Amino acid sequence: MGFPHAIHAREEAVLSRHFGDSNALSLDGWKQRGGYKALEMALGMEPAAIVNVLKESGLRGRGGAGFPTGLKWSFMKPGDGKPHYLCCNADESEPGTFKDREIMRWTPHALIEGCAIGSYAIGAETCFIYIRGEFSEPLRAVGNALGEAYDAGVLGANAMGTGKTVNIYIHKGAGAYICGEETALMNSIEGRRGNPRIKPPFPAVAGLFGQPTTINNVETLAAVPQILVNGAEWYKKFCLSNPKSTGTKLFSVCGNIAKPGNYEVVLGFPFKDFLYEMCGGPLPGRKFKAIVPGGASVPIQTPEEAEATLMDYEGFVAQGSMLGSGGVIVFDDSQCMVKLIGRFARFFAHESCAQCTQCREGTAWVTKILERIEAGGGTMQDLDTLLELSENMTGKTICVLSDSCAAPIVSGIKKFRHEFEAHITGKRCPLRSRSVA
Amino acid sequence: MGETQMVTLTIEGRKVSVASGTSILEAAKAAGVLVPHYCYHPGLPVAGVCRMCLVEVEKAPKLAPACASAVAEGQVVHVHSEKALEARKGVLEFLLINHPLDCPICDQAGECELQDYTYREGRSEGRLQEPKRFNPMEDFGGDVLYVTNRCILCTRCVRFMDDVAGEPVLNVSERGDRAIIGKFEGADLTHAWAGNVIDLCPVGALVSKDFLNKARAWELDRTPSICPNCTQGCNSIVETRDNFVVRTRARPNDEVNKYYMCDHGRLNYRWMNEQNRLEAPLVRQGERLVAADWSTAVDHAAKLLNGKRAVVLASPMLSNESLWMLSKLIRKTGGLGLFTVETGPEAPLLGVPDLALRAERAANVRGAEMFGFERSSSPLDGIQSGDVLVIADVGGMPLEIDPSALARASASIVIGTTLPEDARSATVVLPVTNVTEEEGTFTNVHGRVQRYLQARAAPGMARPAWWALGDLLEAMGDAAGYFLASEVFTALAGASPEFAGMSYESLGLKGARLQGSRQPAETTG
Repeated sequence: MGFPHAIHAREEAVLSRHFGDSNALSLDGWKQRGGYKALEMALGMEPAAIVNVLKESGLRGRGGAGFPTGLKWSFMKPGDGKPHYLCCNADESEPGTFKDREIMRWTPHALIEGCAIGSYAIGAETCFIYIRGEFSEPLRAVGNALGEAYDAGVLGANAMGTGKTVNIYIHKGAGAYICGEETALMNSIEGRRGNPRIKPPFPAVAGLFGQPTTINNVETLAAVPQILVNGAEWYKKFCLSNPKSTGTKLFSVCGNIAKPGNYEVVLGFPFKDFLYEMCGGPLPGRKFKAIVPGGASVPIQTPEEAEATLMDYEGFVAQGSMLGSGGVIVFDDSQCMVKLIGRFARFFAHESCAQCTQCREGTAWVTKILERIEAGGGTMQDLDTLLELSENMTGKTICVLSDSCAAPIVSGIKKFRHEFEAHITGKRCPLRSRSVA
Repeated sequence: MGETQMVTLTIEGRKVSVASGTSILEAAKAAGVLVPHYCYHPGLPVAGVCRMCLVEVEKAPKLAPACASAVAEGQVVHVHSEKALEARKGVLEFLLINHPLDCPICDQAGECELQDYTYREGRSEGRLQEPKRFNPMEDFGGDVLYVTNRCILCTRCVRFMDDVAGEPVLNVSERGDRAIIGKFEGADLTHAWAGNVIDLCPVGALVSKDFLNKARAWELDRTPSICPNCTQGCNSIVETRDNFVVRTRARPNDEVNKYYMCDHGRLNYRWMNEQNRLEAPLVRQGERLVAADWSTAVDHAAKLLNGKRAVVLASPMLSNESLWMLSKLIRKTGGLGLFTVETGPEAPLLGVPDLALRAERAANVRGAEMFGFERSSSPLDGIQSGDVLVIADVGGMPLEIDPSALARASASIVIGTTLPEDARSATVVLPVTNVTEEEGTFTNVHGRVQRYLQARAAPGMARPAWWALGDLLEAMGDAAGYFLASEVFTALAGASPEFAGMSYESLGLKGARLQGSRQPAETTG
């Protein structure tokens, strides 16, 4: 991965300000950049007051679901006599998403500070950062930063000399996408197979080790210190469209686009400007064909839909998709949609935990059908079957992996039906040369 | 514990009140509505993974898994609405795409929930065009064979081994549609209760090696019984085909064995089909034992006992009824009753309190003790010169007859299913039925009296021991004997204070505890 790009004039670098600045990696360097002021402040506040600031700021979960963070924290009742836990979901495995990786690579102390504040605010003395096993560099960076923080007395039994206990542990994942699902992640930390759990009970009632637990995404927690230092009002002002979507958001951009990378924009930013101005538009001589705006699990957008989108939680929904994790995958007219959707499906089939029938069997079956269509062996009947199977795979399982597999299929067939039909009638992929190399 | 709060809801138009916290699936059961399901089992923790029990709850945004959804006041649940049926049809289709559809050679056929629900709610044809996934069969050890391709990954077997047996041998290996039930390295399904996974498996994935290819489910006759192989008294089902016992399985009883039965009990049934059975009464004529009719043999036995002390060696596998009749014989002759019992290692099932394969491997040790029989390791030592030895043997007792003890007796009478080698010097032999050929009651280790029913025809002229004994006592001057096990039970219940208040009818198929018997530990859900 190359060095981060220079900050674009229209970006709002709150989280990404120090990306590429290797001096920000150390504890001293981080303190020089204003680090750990928020934690010091937080440890002197009532937990409920911190939660209120978060509620007021309008910060919503950056992992994909967009649940209001302050509200989530308010479900925890400090002093109920039970051990509480905070989990930080750093298992960033959503295809096309690589924002948390950059936060951990460049600003590990921002995450640790956010985790410490979060732990204190929800009455937890223990926080687990569950880092994706393939993330060797982020693991090293967060591990080093954690060591420094303990050595300096920032964490531990007497955090920052306040007598309060904040312990943070790193748990390394073992390579399963499903362990990014919050309850599967908890099972994984407990040493069990990473299977999602039935909800209810929700984690705030019985989560990690059966105790009240809050789980937040890396980007969410990394934003917390800045909100605390600068105030809820400051954060709330980052809003270009819907007042329910405040703050800045990192978008990871990849695929057939001139300038891929991580971009931080204020929520509500026009997606059209983002794609064409900030990210440089399509590669020379190409046109955008499809945009997946929030990781492989969200419905696919056509360029028209994408260009009409305002980049916030509501804006993506209004244009037929979801904000998701902010993993923008761009496809141009050299790409085969059937192949692409088949590849997405294969990913989900590979990663299904195999608990629920619809997911275990459905993801594998739709993959087989899609790959057969792509290879030229499809029938029109297959398209109806795919849509019916997708319906049976949606909203009927413990977690949403099955739904995530179905979403691109349904939106793909709806929006790019002609490509499917061309494969079926032509008995081959129209984009592939007839001569086989 | 506070008072149980009741919740009232409507399921398929039927109003039903259940305790709060009850699942919709159990509430539906109470309302008489079966919600199709695979992974749910009342004896196991809820997994909620097969997604077969999806039902429509009015005002809920999504279909609810009935097994994992608690009831709520005023809920209106539709089990057979179009939406719910469509969803379940989808699940069935997914379950069948990789299933080999080898029903004609599958032992589960005829008692398979995959078959049953597919007939009721499934599609009539498949849409999969690709080759089916294939996985080879695996020997899981013990009596269990895993036919991987038939597996629907309901994980009942995994949860049984983890949570009930407390010996995690099984797991789900791999992910996605490659997932299979796996065995931890070096482990085998050799736990004493592991065979229950075969009963728990709703499809033909876990099959019994013992029962493999023996019979089709629809050829079997099923009889409620009590496992006679130890003092626990697990409720069982004896399955026969053409008068042969071919399989025994657990019959649920919350008070005794929940849903389970140990492998020893389950597989130890071949003796019930023994072919070397006594089929006619025998009376000694010089060197030979000669077949006789019942009245001749009974009269002969009565004469032998006239004025003599009867030393009765009784099998602890005899029914309460037969043991009680023997105790009457002992009282009448001023004799004594003794028993011995086979023993083996005890094997508890950790997840169910007070459930174990008991060390004493016969069903009615408690009954024998209750009716005055004494446990003895050398039962024949007490024979005095002139006594009549009565051996009442239907199995479950190690029998070694010392010729010198036999020589002290004036005569010996065998009331048995077989005539063992060293009892061939008997004067009179009366053929009797074994547990599968009669009905009666046993008293288990906790003092629970339980009925078993007749599963197969008796060989030849064999009669239940209580019947033969009734005739014998009649020939010795007592009132007329009995024609029905229930009559014997009524008489013994009237004569024995521990049985006060019990009737053969009220025992039903679940049994009842004796007066003053220890109550097994309360079990909590």
